[in-house]
Amino acid sequence: MTFTEREQQAYVDAASADARVNVELETEGMTLNIGPQHPATHGTLRIVARLDGEQVVAAEPVMGYMHRGYEKLAEVRTYPQVTTLINRIDWLGSFANEVPFILAAERLMDIEAPPRAQWIRTALFELSRIANISLFLGDMGVQLGALTPVFFAFRDREFVLNQIEAVTGGRFHPNFDRIGGLKDDLPAGWIAETKSVMAKMRGFCDELEDLLMGNEIFEARTRGVGVIPDHVAASFGLSGANLRAAGVDWDMRRDNPCGLAYESLDWKVWTHPDGDSFARYWVRLQETREATYMVEQLLDGLPSGPIMAKVPRIIKVPAGEAYVATENPLGVMGYYVVSKGELAPFRVKIRSASFSNISVVPWVLRGVYVPDVITILASLYFILGDIDR
Amino acid sequence: MAEPTSAIAETDGGAPSPTPLEALRAEAVETLGEALGDALLATHAEGDLWVRVEHQAWQQVGYVLRDRLGCLWFDFLSAIDWMPSPFGRDMDAEQDWPTGGPDPRDLSIESGVTGGETRLQVFARVMNTQTGLGVIAKADLPNENPAVPTWIPVYSGANWHEREAWEMFGIAFVGHPDLRHIYLPGEFEGHPLRKDFPLLARRVKPWPGIVDVEGMPAEGEEPPAGAGQ
Amino acid sequence: MGLIESGKMPAPLTKLLNLSRKYSLWVYQWGLACCAIEMGAAFGSPRYDVMRLGVIPFPASPRQADLVVVSGTVTDKMVPSLLRLYEQMPDPKYVISMGSCANCGGPYWDSYSVTKGVDQIIPVDVYVPGCPPRPEALLEGIVLLQERIANEDIAARWRGDPIVVE
Repeated sequence: MTFTEREQQAYVDAASADARVNVELETEGMTLNIGPQHPATHGTLRIVARLDGEQVVAAEPVMGYMHRGYEKLAEVRTYPQVTTLINRIDWLGSFANEVPFILAAERLMDIEAPPRAQWIRTALFELSRIANISLFLGDMGVQLGALTPVFFAFRDREFVLNQIEAVTGGRFHPNFDRIGGLKDDLPAGWIAETKSVMAKMRGFCDELEDLLMGNEIFEARTRGVGVIPDHVAASFGLSGANLRAAGVDWDMRRDNPCGLAYESLDWKVWTHPDGDSFARYWVRLQETREATYMVEQLLDGLPSGPIMAKVPRIIKVPAGEAYVATENPLGVMGYYVVSKGELAPFRVKIRSASFSNISVVPWVLRGVYVPDVITILASLYFILGDIDR
Repeated sequence: MAEPTSAIAETDGGAPSPTPLEALRAEAVETLGEALGDALLATHAEGDLWVRVEHQAWQQVGYVLRDRLGCLWFDFLSAIDWMPSPFGRDMDAEQDWPTGGPDPRDLSIESGVTGGETRLQVFARVMNTQTGLGVIAKADLPNENPAVPTWIPVYSGANWHEREAWEMFGIAFVGHPDLRHIYLPGEFEGHPLRKDFPLLARRVKPWPGIVDVEGMPAEGEEPPAGAGQ
Repeated sequence: MGLIESGKMPAPLTKLLNLSRKYSLWVYQWGLACCAIEMGAAFGSPRYDVMRLGVIPFPASPRQADLVVVSGTVTDKMVPSLLRLYEQMPDPKYVISMGSCANCGGPYWDSYSVTKGVDQIIPVDVYVPGCPPRPEALLEGIVLLQERIANEDIAARWRGDPIVVE
């Protein structure tokens, strides 16, 4: 990737030459430390930036303040116990974390969840996407100085959490997915209620679109800021909306839905050609709205039948290796499960979306202005547990 | 060498036919074999394409995957320690890990798909987002001073993944400019994901969930005295 | 006035001062993990609205705060920062430990990188159990802390706890 390095360097040079037109403005370099506990880093990411005046010369994220050792801990827990842990990786869309792991275990055991379980899984998967991304949609406003969106987000997100809680019993960490199906069926009256919540969430999306899209400050702060071209995005392993905002039309839900009921739905993968902060926000907003339609379709077409396949009471997964990835709210999340036929996995490699998404930060922050550091970070959208694992 | 084993298992969705992917995988194996020669040790096709290569050819396989197979999207890079844990699961539960007597378990190294010869194995996955071809490349590392060429020139994103693998497994990546701790504090000793790294909390205190597997009172063969009608 | 130092606080004055302290807690949020979102819901969302309890979130700096809510997993790497910011808070200061991780390590009790409870580093006044606790649980923890402040002997607080070295 020498070419992109050079490209980037040329951009930095040009930008700093601009800044130095007035020699009096030239300043001594300084190092700015953001974090590890800073509201703008939603959690405990720390950014050490070397500045030249208002411009970032080099920025380096320091991680590990939330490293909890999932991969090691998974080796000493049984398969059903692992889901309790991995719920907490991406804590805003917890249910979505369980799904790829369960699918990987199911693939190794060569069983398949009954259709009804698959559909409910997919519906909960999309609900957790809405719960997750709605917070981003509000939070992005905060990073730009607009406080209203986040109150809207917290207000409307509660409705989605209520629906998740009504099925799973947990607002945050459902631990509801089982190898071979689901723990329980849907409660009575849930479908109608969820549909009304979906309408409400569409209203929320419209509201935010009214508030932010076309807003002069919002556009000025996000258009053309933090541009990540598609080849760079792919080479850094960016995924999810970050990749689609760079114009790459690739969504695991459509292209490799392994075991989830996406194929029977009528929906659209949203992309944006620009690759800037605005594009990332826009793609996520459209995806949230698309997800509400998907949930409605899933609930309309819900097949009847059992929700649990036949599985042994004590789960031993046959020896083998499987890698299953799904399109989680933050991007592609995959589990590489190595089993040796025991109660516990031999090795679980967790491919979390945010870790790769954030690895582009040193590249993209070179040459930007200090206030844009915050918006670019916010627009990449990460969750600390998903970076540090 | 590429026997497309059970390719149907991969598409649980059922609708698209697996043939195009199968053809792609066969083609990829051909390309890799032609480019790498003897360095290509084994392949395995099941959903993704697994390939095992000589560790000297690690960087070369990256270039072939990127430039000739169009796998531009970098998924992850990590490693596996194939040595069975000398501590079992540290659960002190009878069904898991007998505390007394001879060790009933087989402690010999047994590798997964595509096999392996040594303890540490580095593996990475890349993908062609256009065709949906995913390739998992593996390489065995020497037991003494495990080291492998870096992938940073091929995929920029490998930087952090390699730092993580270095920290967790102690694998050196030759040519990596910046091999520092990524997650753990600088003074941390040991490589946590190696199987011989003990979880000290478990050594000190047995697994608290052990009561759960003792069986519910109702499940016992005979009800406790006075409980029956 | 010298009353506090001499340890002769009249009861009505103590009550008055405690009442005012109780309802003017400025809370510094040490949001770390999942619990931080529930804390955010308690502090920032219109549904739970912590300000009706006389608790004001979002101070500009820990130097202005009376209370810190440690919510989430404290890792060994984080400990120095946590300690540093705790030491910057002016006395009298209170700590609420929110969630299993901050209480005792929680699901990561056997991890190699997680501190098994924030009380190993700083003194904790109220523990809120749960993984994560609901916002209501955090509100209850705050109410319990307020009760404790209401019954506090200011003179004893002034003298401070005896330092015991074991």
